[in-house]
Amino acid sequence: MSLPKAVEAGNAFSIQSTGSGRATLYIVGPEQVLKRDIRLGETTFFPSGSLYNAGRYLAVLTGDSSTESGSFDVIPAHKPVNLSFLARPSRLPVGLHDGITGAVYVFDAYHNLITVPTQVSFELSNPYGAVQKRVALTQDGAAWTAMDSTAQQGVDKFAARIGDVLSARVVIQVAGDPCGLKMSATKSGQALQLVTDPVRDCNGNAVPDGTIVTFTEAYSGGQSTVDVPLKRGIAEVQMAGHNGATISVASGVVLGNQIRWEK
Amino acid sequence: MLKTSLILCALFALASSIGSAQATVRVEPANLQGPRPLPDQTGEAAIRDYVQSWQSLSAAFAQNRTDLLDPAFVGTAKDKLAQTIQQQVTLGICTRYQDRSHDLQIIFYSPDGLSLELTDKVEYDVELLDHSRVKTTQHLSSRYVIVLTPAEVQWRVRVFQSAFE
Repeated sequence: MSLPKAVEAGNAFSIQSTGSGRATLYIVGPEQVLKRDIRLGETTFFPSGSLYNAGRYLAVLTGDSSTESGSFDVIPAHKPVNLSFLARPSRLPVGLHDGITGAVYVFDAYHNLITVPTQVSFELSNPYGAVQKRVALTQDGAAWTAMDSTAQQGVDKFAARIGDVLSARVVIQVAGDPCGLKMSATKSGQALQLVTDPVRDCNGNAVPDGTIVTFTEAYSGGQSTVDVPLKRGIAEVQMAGHNGATISVASGVVLGNQIRWEK
Repeated sequence: MLKTSLILCALFALASSIGSAQATVRVEPANLQGPRPLPDQTGEAAIRDYVQSWQSLSAAFAQNRTDLLDPAFVGTAKDKLAQTIQQQVTLGICTRYQDRSHDLQIIFYSPDGLSLELTDKVEYDVELLDHSRVKTTQHLSSRYVIVLTPAEVQWRVRVFQSAFE
């Protein structure tokens, strides 16, 4: 029995046998099995599409009086057709170094992992035209990259490409922590009106509404705290405004300015 | 026909001529590409679950039962193996795979921790049975590339592919 050393997935191939009489040819592997009744001494043709799952196959030829066997490989098709692209996270703050990662597995048309080194292009683009590009070579079918989140918030497109095969994911970049948090105070009747400047991150992106801003008034004999969500980019609140009180503002771990209030 | 095939293969599974000694497992130090460090426990669990998957494969192919793949395989790997078992049923054959040794190395842990790739230089026996008659038993070796993904309490095999060297 004369076997091919390797067959590309989906391609036609043939097996030549010797001798005479009838026999059964088995081709078995976990990936696929075939069985043919053949005439010994003839060439058995397997048309395109007969074996399409990559793997090592055992060929067994059983006649009336003898059994012959050998093995051969079916290798993945040359052309990438499917990219399994895993991108994380789907949402993150702006300005993070290597904050976005992507891993890709490369498959042929029959979902065989293409294990020969293949160049993958990764591209992260935002609506303002900024583009980051990386190129990686697959190793046993896998490649990865890391990208920085950009300075501007928005909906970015993160894509992996091999030739004309593209797989894209959406990555939402949101404003980072507030930066330069600042409030001002004005008297409002018997109370004190506190209002922040528009709250932005260090790249100038507006911090989203709903972000909690904490105002604290510390005075002789006590302290009061009020949590306020940002609304239309600012936070405002009325506090008692005790004479000699120290009023501070913070959001998360970011501390803003302090005001000492004298009536 | 289908029922007969299942019964014959199940009987064969009980009376197989190839032994079922436990395979030897050798693990090479990980040669990771990727930025994510691999905790020892994670690597050990993945290897344990992968080696265990050969038992699921062996039982499923010997008994021509696709449901026996469920605990260990998922996605493409499971679909392809189940398809092969269906082909065996149609052709009236069954096969028994007995792994003899594994030489394993973890080569990729994805940055998100949601997939892990390893290679396995595996030695195994294959026994082929056609309508209850043993046709041959052969010893094979191959280099497998495996992609595992985490499930509820274990790693499952998502890609199971012998790679041409």
